Amino acid sequence: MSDLTSRILKGDPRSVAKLITAAENNSKELADEMKIIYKHGGNAYVIGVTGVMGSGKSTLIYELAKEYRKQGKKIGIIAIDPTSPFTGGALLGDRIRMTELVMDDGVFIRSMGTRGMLGGLASAVFDAVEILDASGKDVVIVETVGVGQAEVDVIKIADTTMVVLVPGLGDSIQTIKAGIMEISGIFVVNKADRPDVEQLVAELESLIDISCIGKDRKIPIVKTIAKKNLGIIDLVNEIEKHKDYLIKTKNFEIQRKKRYEAELVEIIRKRLMNFIFDESMFKEKVEKLIDKISKKELDPYSAADEILSKIIK
Amino acid sequence: MEKKIRVLIAKPGLDGHDRGAKVVARALRDAGMEVIYTGLHQTAEMIVETAVQEDVNVIGLSLLSGAHMTLFNDVTKLLKEKGMSDVLVLGGGIIPEEDAPALKKVGVCGIFGPGTPCEDIVDFIKKNVKK
Repeated sequence: MSDLTSRILKGDPRSVAKLITAAENNSKELADEMKIIYKHGGNAYVIGVTGVMGSGKSTLIYELAKEYRKQGKKIGIIAIDPTSPFTGGALLGDRIRMTELVMDDGVFIRSMGTRGMLGGLASAVFDAVEILDASGKDVVIVETVGVGQAEVDVIKIADTTMVVLVPGLGDSIQTIKAGIMEISGIFVVNKADRPDVEQLVAELESLIDISCIGKDRKIPIVKTIAKKNLGIIDLVNEIEKHKDYLIKTKNFEIQRKKRYEAELVEIIRKRLMNFIFDESMFKEKVEKLIDKISKKELDPYSAADEILSKIIK
Repeated sequence: MEKKIRVLIAKPGLDGHDRGAKVVARALRDAGMEVIYTGLHQTAEMIVETAVQEDVNVIGLSLLSGAHMTLFNDVTKLLKEKGMSDVLVLGGGIIPEEDAPALKKVGVCGIFGPGTPCEDIVDFIKKNVKK
């Protein structure tokens, strides 16, 4: 084991940060480190927070993290903001809402640019979650970029995905109809002291009623005013209930399997980008490998080696 | 993949004048860098801890209150303690010229006052950053 990895396993923030940078840059030394990291991962509960820009995601995460800290849980936060398609630069400003957490050594916050990814995440987010997990975080919260209608990739990594909505956006119901409804484990109606909040809740309820017909779980709606720390305990309780539900119904393993699938595909995609731009050829081969990864018999990096050895002679 | 320059723009101390910091943040963004902006009223400890977590190559400190000699020094001292002397530290805001040599001595490599063209800051970073 390298010095860097052993320091990460002891929770050293500097080393955690360094390896996340290596993941963002897709550095050569990354794979060897990650193979060890994966053996120590899979323990942290991953919460995805998505919603339109300005809906209060960062503030909500800040309050959520504070509540988890009261319970003694260690928290990792990955906050993603868009990278400019023109210059490749990014202004990462989510930390502004979280300043009080900076000096708490039970909290690690990392800002990321999307760097060309389109699904609301950054390519390195999978590795970053595993690294934070291996460093001993109990909960890892992933904040997507402010989303529109199609950025639903957060479900690939999160155990519980929450969609944050605010009253007064005329088109918010349209957004839900277009598909965000499908990824949400919990709906959060933030800024619930604004006018029209009851109308939004009522419309959500009727949509949930229709979409949950025949299902064993009704998606809950939690009203919050994150800025005033209202509704946060309800939200924590709903997350806990969702977690219990996932475990009881075996959906937890199914979702985790989907996550490992997403991680494996992302690693291979990144590697193949250097040779070819057609991703279609390896689709059939991955299923068996993902099974092994779920059983901890294999890490996704070793699986990637196996597939690539067949393609690249 | 190409390595990106990561920059922390921070406002140490108690003044609330962040226009300059935001203009510089935007200019660095347009130069292809990833800029993390912390907001106002940061202590030296908060700035260095953020720099650790964000693994930045550059820290830009903006200060208009007159407390630069103390606060900039606190930041560079803490960086040394954390083994992060390779981070390029720059200062901006209202910094009298006669203070520049002393600040350079404690590790603030560049001082950029009002009227500095943003390109000068971009060039300085590209020339001096250790990736």
